[in-house]
Amino acid sequence: MTETSALAVVDPAPPRLGAVSQLARRMQAGWRSIVIFIPYVWLFVFFLLPFFIVAKISVAELKMASPPYTDLIKWAEDGIMTIRITFENFTYIFEDDLYSKTYINSLKISSISTILCLLIGYPIAYGIIRSGPVARRLLLFAIILPFWTSFLLRVYAWMGLLADRGTINNVLIWLGLIDEPIRMLYSEFAVYIGIVYTYLPFMILPLYANMEKLDATLNEVAADLGSRPMNTFFKVTLPLTMPGIIAGSLLVFIPATGEYVIPDLLGGGNVLMIGRLLFNEFNQNVDWPTASAVAIVLLFLLVLPMTIYQYYQGKAMEDQ
Amino acid sequence: MYGRRSGFLTFMLAAGMAFIYVPMILLVIYSFNYSKIVPVWGGWSLRWYETLFKSEAVWNAVALSLKIAVINATFATILGTLAGLAMVRFGKFKGRTLFGGMLVAPLVMPEVITGLSLLVLFISLKQLFGWPQDRGFTTITIAHITFSLAYVAVIIQSRLSGMGETLEEAALDLGAKPFRVLTDITMPRLAPGMVAGWLLAFTLSLDDLVIASFVTGPGANTLPILIFSRIRLGLRPDINALATIIILVVAIGVAIAAYIMFRQERQQQRDMQIVDREIP
Repeated sequence: MTETSALAVVDPAPPRLGAVSQLARRMQAGWRSIVIFIPYVWLFVFFLLPFFIVAKISVAELKMASPPYTDLIKWAEDGIMTIRITFENFTYIFEDDLYSKTYINSLKISSISTILCLLIGYPIAYGIIRSGPVARRLLLFAIILPFWTSFLLRVYAWMGLLADRGTINNVLIWLGLIDEPIRMLYSEFAVYIGIVYTYLPFMILPLYANMEKLDATLNEVAADLGSRPMNTFFKVTLPLTMPGIIAGSLLVFIPATGEYVIPDLLGGGNVLMIGRLLFNEFNQNVDWPTASAVAIVLLFLLVLPMTIYQYYQGKAMEDQ
Repeated sequence: MYGRRSGFLTFMLAAGMAFIYVPMILLVIYSFNYSKIVPVWGGWSLRWYETLFKSEAVWNAVALSLKIAVINATFATILGTLAGLAMVRFGKFKGRTLFGGMLVAPLVMPEVITGLSLLVLFISLKQLFGWPQDRGFTTITIAHITFSLAYVAVIIQSRLSGMGETLEEAALDLGAKPFRVLTDITMPRLAPGMVAGWLLAFTLSLDDLVIASFVTGPGANTLPILIFSRIRLGLRPDINALATIIILVVAIGVAIAAYIMFRQERQQQRDMQIVDREIP
C-alpha cells in the first residue's frame, strides 16, 4: 500500500494518455458484450430462473409456514445433506378428477376458440387485402385500435351484453322473440365469445402480414388457365397463407389455454379452465406445491406449440 | 395484392367491424345512464363521472399505474433495443439460441405461469437477500419490464432487418469506429421503432392484470386490479364511465401518433424524391 503510493509520488507522469486510449480501445471491443450482457442477465434472472424455482417447489411438500413449502435440501447437524423430492403433487394432479377435467376442458375451449377465430379472421384479413390502399390502411387501423384500449374493459363490455338483464336479452324481449331472458353470462358460450372477441386481432394481424406478401398475379394466372375462384382459393391462396394461419392460430391457442380473466368474468364458477384453477389454488388455497405442479404440467402441454411458434417467428425474421 | 372484393368478403368485413366496435360503443353509451343498473336505461346523466372523480382509490390506482407504465416503458425500450441489436447485428455469439428463446417465450407464455414464477422468485430473493422487502411498485415494475422488453425487441428486430446494413457498411468503409456507427447512424434510424416500442410497453403495462395481481402486495392496487375487483361482483356504471375516459384518451393518443407517423412518412417520401433527383 505504502509502496504503491510512494511510487506514484516518485513517478509523477504515469502514461495516463496511453491508459485512457487503451481503455477506450478495450471499450470499443467491450461494448458489444455489454449490449448482449445487460438484457441477457435480465432475462436470465427474471424469466428463466423463476421457472427453475417453480420446478423446485413443484417437487416440495406443503408446509404450514411462510413460504408454504418444505426445503428440498436439509443439512443435518453432523453435516449430512439430505434431499427430499416428492412427486406426490404430480400424482395428485393426475389422479384427481378435477385437474384432468380442467386441463381437457381448457384445451377444448382454446382449440374451438382458435378455429372460430380462424373462420372469422381469415375472411376479414382477406377482405382487408382485397381493399384499396386507403381503405386497407383504415381497416387495419380499426383492427389494431382495440389493442390499445383495456383488455379488461373489453371483456367487461360483454358482461353488459350477455347479462340476464343485459342488452342482448333486452333487445330480444323487446322484439318479442323471447319472454324470459336466456342465461348467457357465466356459461361456456360466454367464454367462447370473450376469447374470440379479445383474441381476434391476434389472428388477423399475422394472416394479414402473410397475405400482404402474396402475388396477385398467381390468382390471375390460375383464372386465365380456367381455374374457378373457389378452386384457386383452395389450391393456391390457402396453401400459401399456411404460415400466417399457423402463426395466428398459435398466438390465439397458447394464451387462450392459460386464460384467467375471461373464464373468471364471463364463465364464473361454471367453466373449468386451468388458468383460473391455478390462480385460485395459489391465491386462495395457498397450496404452492400443487399450484407449481399445475403450472409445470401446463407448461409441458404448451411446450410443443410454443416451440413451433418460435420456429416460425425465427423463420419470418430471417425472411425479411 | 389488390383486386375485386367479393360480396362475401365485404359482408365479413362489415360484420367483423360491428363485432369489434358495437360492444365498446354500448359500453360508452351506458356510462351516461342515470340508472344504477347498467343495462336498464334511466335517462342521460353524468353522475357516474362525478362518483369516479370523487373516488380517491381510483386516483391512487391511476397514479400508481402511470408511474409503473412510464418507468417500465423506458427500461423495456432500453433493454429491448439492446436485445434487438444483439440478435440482428451481432452475428453468432455464445448462447444466442438461449437468448433468442428467452426473447420469444415471454410473448406466448400464459400470464398465470409468468406471474406465478415471478412471485416465487421475489419470495426466494427476499429469503436469501432480504430484497425486495415489500411487494408492490418495484416488483410490478420488474415483472412488466421482463415481458415488455420482449415486445420491444420484436419491433426493433423487424425494423433492423428492414433497414439493411448498407449505410452502416458505408460508414465503416469511410473509417468510422463501430461504436460511432451505432450512435450516429443505427440509433437515429431506429428512433421511430423505439418510440413505437415505448408506446407498446406503456400500454402493455397499463393493461396487465394477471401478472400484477401475482406480484403485488397488500395496498398496491394498479388500475386493472382495482377495476377487476369491482367488476368481479357484477356490472358497475362508474366502471363504464372509467372505460369511456380510457377509450377517449386512447383515441386522442392514437390520432396524434397516426398524424405524426403520417407526416414523417410524407417527409421521408419527399426526401427520397430529392435524393432521386439529385443523384442520377
